[in-house]
Order: sequence, then structure tokens, then C-alpha cells
Amino acid sequence: MHGRRTAFAFIESRIENRKSKMIALALIALVTLGAAAIAMSLRNLIHSALLLIGSWAGVAAFYLWAGAEFVAFAQVLVYVGAVSMVVLFAVLLTRQSRAELTLTPDSYRRVIAAIVTGGAVLGVLFGAVLSTDLKVASAKPLPPTVRVLGGELMGPYAAALLIVGVVLTVALLGAVVIASTERDSTRGARSPGGPATEDAP
Amino acid sequence: MNLSPLQLCLLFSSALFCIGLIGALSRSNTILVLLGIELMLNAANLNFIAFWRYSPTPGAATGVMFVLFSIAVAAAEAAVGLALVIAVYRHQKNIRLQEANRLKG
Repeated sequence: MHGRRTAFAFIESRIENRKSKMIALALIALVTLGAAAIAMSLRNLIHSALLLIGSWAGVAAFYLWAGAEFVAFAQVLVYVGAVSMVVLFAVLLTRQSRAELTLTPDSYRRVIAAIVTGGAVLGVLFGAVLSTDLKVASAKPLPPTVRVLGGELMGPYAAALLIVGVVLTVALLGAVVIASTERDSTRGARSPGGPATEDAP
Repeated sequence: MNLSPLQLCLLFSSALFCIGLIGALSRSNTILVLLGIELMLNAANLNFIAFWRYSPTPGAATGVMFVLFSIAVAAAEAAVGLALVIAVYRHQKNIRLQEANRLKG
């Protein structure tokens, strides 16, 4: 009797635990999707960039929820820290006046076509997910520690790590070249390729 | 209807993907289009983590590895994209996509 009762309490606590995890997932999803949807519909560029930072932080919270702590911190570092700053600088560098920060509204035909397309894709994806019988493992995978991740990166994934390093270097150099090439009024006078001038944008 | 947690995660990520898709298709500002593409990339990463979390082979860190490399490539993509936005702005003094229809000149 006693054993049965403890087993029952254990199962009940498991269900309670699972329910609270699902509620946490629902909250994370609500915050992320809401921030993303509002950001995509706002007319002020700065506001939508700031809201997207909230959305990326929500994605990082989902990684934490799923037990991938290192990825969550990488997401915070890369997206919330770096990409958001680059986006804000791009917004500030590509405006002519203060009034231009609020965009002119897009054409309704375009918006309606986009919403119809997105809704169709959403319907297909939801139908596929709901109609697929996905096998869910009951056991929780061990969250890989940073030590394990480092060993994997240095061992089986060493080549991929090197290639990603090369890709990042080339991409950042290319970004500098693209953004800093000043177009002269006299054509052909600029030096062919290369990070041409050190002029401030 | 009884949804498994994996299905909930997949629904979440597909909703995020569609929000990014709608944003990328409907806005005419280049920066917002890039941000919509970033949202779609994030939704793909969510899928990796969800499938890793509920995978039948515990202990394998493949999903986490894939997301790490994907984040690195996404950072490079964002840097190049925003540099292109600045270059387009230099050429024609605005970043509306409708007017950025020439690569040269």
C-alpha cells in the first residue's frame, strides 16, 4: 500500500513537473512569437530591431529550457550581443533624417500576398507536424558539458571548426571591403578591389 | 488531441519560421527583410535542438554541434548582408528593395 502510494505520488509529481515544463514552453513561445510578430509589423525600424532582440532572447530561453546551455549562451553572445548591434548600426547609417526612421507603409497587395503565402506554408507545416507519428524518446539525453563539447570540437569536428573559422574570416573581410569601398564621382578612378580607403562612412 | 512535447516544439519553430517568411516577403525595407531571414534561420536552429532533445540516442551531441556551426554561419551572413545594405545605400541613397534592382551603376 505504502509503495503504491509513493509510486502514485511520484507519477503525480512527474505529471506536475511535465505540466510546468509545458507551461514554461508555452510562455517562451508566446514571448518569442509575439515579439517577432510585432517587430515584423511595426513601422519604426529602431523599435522593430529592439523587439527582435527580445525575440532572440526568447530563442535563447528555449535552448536553456531544452538543456542546451552552451548553445543558449552562444545565442545570447552572437545574436543579442553582436548581430543586434550590427543591425542597429546599419539602421543608423542608412537613414537621412530623423523622420525617415518611420517607414512609409508597404503596399497592401504585397502584404496580403505575403500573408497568404505565409499562411499556406504554416498550414502545410502544421499539417505535416500534426499528422506525423514522431517517436519521442522517454529518456532525457545527457546535457553535454562544455568539456564534452570541446572534446568533440577538437576531435571529430576539427575540420569543420577550421572551415568555419576560414568562412568567418573571409566573410568579415568581405563585409569590410563591401562596406568601405567609396564610389568616386569620376568613374574608374578608384583602385580595383581591396579595402580602398579608410574614410569614415 | 494529445500532443507530444516534440510536436509542440516543432509547432513553435514552424510558427516562428512563418513569421519570418511573412516579414521577409511583405516588407520593402532591406534591413527588415534581412531580419526576417534571421528569424527563419533561428527557427531552423530550434528544430535542431528539439530533435536533439528528444532523440532516441542519448548522449550524442550532434544537434548541439550543428546549431553551433549554424550560428557561426548566420553571424557571417548577417555581417555580409548588412555590409551589402550599406553599399546599396551608398549607391542610391535609400534601401527600398523596389529601387535596388540594379547590381551595377
